[in-house]
Amino acid sequence: MMDEFASESDSDYTSYWRDWFISSRGNEYFCEIDEDYLTDRFNLTGLNTEVQYYQYALDLITDVFDLDCDDEMRETIEKSARHLYGLIHARYIVTTRGLAKMLDKYKKADFGKCPRVFCHSHPLLPMGQTDAPHQKPVKLYCVRCEDVYNPKSSRHAAIDGAYFGTSFHNIMFQVYPALVPPKSSERYVPRVYGFKVHASASLIRWQNGQRHKMLRRLRKMEVESGFKDDGGAEDLDEEDDEEDDVELDELDRAEADAMHVVG
Amino acid sequence: MMSSSSGTPESWISSFCSLLGHEYFAEVSEEFIEDDFNLTGLQTQVAMYKEALEMILDVEPEEDEDEDEEDEEEEDESIEGADRMRHGERRNHSRIASDLSVIESSAEMLYGLIHQRFICSRAGIQQMSEKYELGHFGVCPRNHCEQARTLPVGLSDIPGEETVKLFCPSCLDVYVPPNSRFQTVDGAFFGRTFGALFLLTFPEYDLTKRGADVLAGARISDNDKEMLNGMYTCNIAPGLGSAKIYEPRIYGFRVSELARSGPRMQWLRDKPDDLSELDEARKFAEDNPDSDDDDESMNLHGRPVRRLRQQRKNHGQGGSPVPMETNGAESEL
Repeated sequence: MMDEFASESDSDYTSYWRDWFISSRGNEYFCEIDEDYLTDRFNLTGLNTEVQYYQYALDLITDVFDLDCDDEMRETIEKSARHLYGLIHARYIVTTRGLAKMLDKYKKADFGKCPRVFCHSHPLLPMGQTDAPHQKPVKLYCVRCEDVYNPKSSRHAAIDGAYFGTSFHNIMFQVYPALVPPKSSERYVPRVYGFKVHASASLIRWQNGQRHKMLRRLRKMEVESGFKDDGGAEDLDEEDDEEDDVELDELDRAEADAMHVVG
Repeated sequence: MMSSSSGTPESWISSFCSLLGHEYFAEVSEEFIEDDFNLTGLQTQVAMYKEALEMILDVEPEEDEDEDEEDEEEEDESIEGADRMRHGERRNHSRIASDLSVIESSAEMLYGLIHQRFICSRAGIQQMSEKYELGHFGVCPRNHCEQARTLPVGLSDIPGEETVKLFCPSCLDVYVPPNSRFQTVDGAFFGRTFGALFLLTFPEYDLTKRGADVLAGARISDNDKEMLNGMYTCNIAPGLGSAKIYEPRIYGFRVSELARSGPRMQWLRDKPDDLSELDEARKFAEDNPDSDDDDESMNLHGRPVRRLRQQRKNHGQGGSPVPMETNGAESEL
């Protein structure tokens, strides 16, 4: 049987297909799945119904494929193998070894960096919006702003999100809580000649109120908020007063300047 | 943007704007540059100001020496029909090479600073709106913004501090442009005002529209024309709100706020379900029924804004921007 075949090969055995797969262009988000993981049938439970030519595809992934077939068949099996690899990948990356491999890639920012200016190029993690295949492409999650972004490259935007799943990136920070960066209330404020714009300013004030409510909830439960600057929870009212002062200050100065220009 | 026909030589301005990475720039009209008022205060900010300005406007430098060379050049010009780039190289033979590179970089700096003012003028912001419609500024990378169009902005009005960023009106946040070629473009060349001013100038763009829909003239429909805080309600951060916040889950279960890795940033993407909550003036009136003020003057935030508008009108007839002192001086929050 194929199992025996695979277990005979020692662990140093070069994984040709997987090597080729993870190093080919566009597949930078994938890590290499261990031989041991692939050969434990328990890990693959249920996947045989998901993938066409399941056994051949698995043989290809584990480099024991030796079927003589025409190119068209070969291509179909190749495609199945890529799909199967992705589905196994989603399961593998939530294992201890898989998490560690993805952590390495995360630290190297292999998945890109958050495009949000105030996240200061924080590395991203790939994620799916659903665990069912063929539904939605992969997205990127930033733990700093806790939001989801589209990959820059169209090659990556075509990858199935189910190959990463909806849980992996959250498990990562559950398992390695020290990876969660300090949160910051730093943000962009739209301005015209130094003045805040009414519509956005009132929304921002409301959002700040929401943040303060959250911080109070957390403090009540004695949970660390994770804000490096405590998000200004202490003196909500004072802070608001200050802000008003600044707005008036700016107005006075601009008035003075305007007079200066006219005069 | 609109390139000159192939017969005429390309101006410095249009060749600058067609450089790789300069896709966000509008072509500042010569008329705007020739009005000295628009350049107030820039002399002191740029080295070799006069030469740089001449370069931008493609004016031949006034030189008494090297008459011969100049003559030669003119002949060449008439024969060849002036390949401008080569012509420029030759013309500048008389200058020391290092001087030339100083002038070239000064010209770029000067153009950028003029550009910052130009795109806030009537003609400039109009040109930028055409570029917006054509999708020159790209789209928001945030998933929930669904490819909403962005605007190039600076985080500072002072050159050399930050590169150009993209402002998404749908989530009111700023992003790093996806292509690294924009990471050499100074944000001050767009300035802090343009993004917000654009939204105030063109309130009728439907900010949720994407792709060809914008070109087709997608404006908000008449039944959506409810106003709040000086904007159409449907255009107040359409990419935010309870349905547009990412909710972390593990195997389908929400991660609790009380977990160490639980959500802490949802406020940043939040928006009241009922936007009238943002109508602070009305709420103030409701909370303070005894207030002496009548309806008009009760709006604490409305009053100063109105005064500001009057001032802008007073000394900004030709769409001229406020000078640098006003632009750069106020305190950062």
